[in-house]
Amino acid sequence: MSATLSVSVQRGTDGRRIDRFEVPRQPAQTVLDVVTWIQREADPTLAYRFACRVGMCGSCAMTVNGKPRWTCRTRVETVAPDGCLTLEPLRNMPVVKDLVVDMAPFFAKWTAAHGVFTPRENLGADFAVVPPSSPERRAADAAIECIGCGVCYSACDVVAWRSDYLGPAALNRAWTLVNDVRDGHARERLVAVAGDAGCHACHSHGSCTQHCPKSLSPTASIAGLKRAVLRATLRGEL
Amino acid sequence: MTAARLFLLQRASAAVLALAVLVHLATIIIAVRGGLTAGEILGRTSGNVAWLAFYALFVIAAAIHAPIGLRNILREWTGWRGRSCDLAMMLLSAALLALGLRAAWAVYAA
Amino acid sequence: MQAHRNHPGWWAALVHRLSGLALAVFLPLHFLALGTALTGADALDRFLDLTASPLVKVAETGIVLALALHLALGLRVLHVEFLPRPERRTRAFVAGCFGISVAATLLFLLNLTA
Repeated sequence: MSATLSVSVQRGTDGRRIDRFEVPRQPAQTVLDVVTWIQREADPTLAYRFACRVGMCGSCAMTVNGKPRWTCRTRVETVAPDGCLTLEPLRNMPVVKDLVVDMAPFFAKWTAAHGVFTPRENLGADFAVVPPSSPERRAADAAIECIGCGVCYSACDVVAWRSDYLGPAALNRAWTLVNDVRDGHARERLVAVAGDAGCHACHSHGSCTQHCPKSLSPTASIAGLKRAVLRATLRGEL
Repeated sequence: MTAARLFLLQRASAAVLALAVLVHLATIIIAVRGGLTAGEILGRTSGNVAWLAFYALFVIAAAIHAPIGLRNILREWTGWRGRSCDLAMMLLSAALLALGLRAAWAVYAA
Repeated sequence: MQAHRNHPGWWAALVHRLSGLALAVFLPLHFLALGTALTGADALDRFLDLTASPLVKVAETGIVLALALHLALGLRVLHVEFLPRPERRTRAFVAGCFGISVAATLLFLLNLTA
């Protein structure tokens, strides 16, 4: 095994420039370690994101050897046993520079999917009592851990084929709110997700579920939205 | 036609087709033994109202299901979307319905 | 192929889509063929004679495979969308769909060559 890794990094804004670096191997090295070494020791002009470096914030997401992943939670020995790494920015989002993408359109879709909590009018002054074991809360809890890292959105085939598709993260968040008994905008939310670029555009490929670093299943959440919209449509509420 | 209604039609026709295709596959596998002749097909379907009703339902479900599926493929894999695409799919649906019911009648009336 | 697409759910979706496309192209031709019976059994028989070549038999087997695959994978989609919990064991499920479809097609082939 050679003492160095061969790392190709996409540079610039149009994806045409690839820079190659020879990075020293270290035991238990993560891809974040690799990118950080490149920026500190080889090329200080390299742009990339990270924050917590312990798998909590999702800032370090990028495309590693073709798959969207968190670099801080990706061991080099796992994804590059042959010592060859290819680093590219997340797919489906505009590139700001090098490995940094503009996540504004991603979050704009959260708003478009009505992924925002709006309290019900008649909640009263006291705390809302929501039993954790209730079916709605269990459904919401199964999807609530999303930290908005963008990996699912980057993996989604439909987002790649249709730029207007709201995407797995926004719809997953909308599903948690559909199941939030304290929320008062149920109808507006169903209208928001039932549009042409909404939940029905999902074909259940499961690329999102396959790649989610928190093992969430946006596929299941979107299926739940489809059922909720269907129920409302059959009742004439939509 | 909203996305929700198209989804409902697609999944409902899928459920009908699931049963119809199971019957159809079984029929094909059994009937194709030792070759297939017109006499063999028509011997089963000619004058048989049950088969006519079955195939008519089969055709209607397929005429709903296929164009909606094709519409997805066109919108996602080619640049074609909007009213002209929707219109083409509606025409396809009508064509499948017409040709299909004609075929169902043909094997009933022969 | 793109690395992020090499997972069972993607293959299931791709095969489901391509088989559906094949069936959609085949269907009008199927209806036209059967419609020849309008002018009598002989017309249908004359058409069926055209299908005697081995190439056609291969194509027919392909269409039967497409039908079985589209049915099996379609049933999986209905299951994923209408059951209230996430699909566990996707790999096994998809493998099962492919397996059953191939088995049905082999049965067809067996009878075709009987």
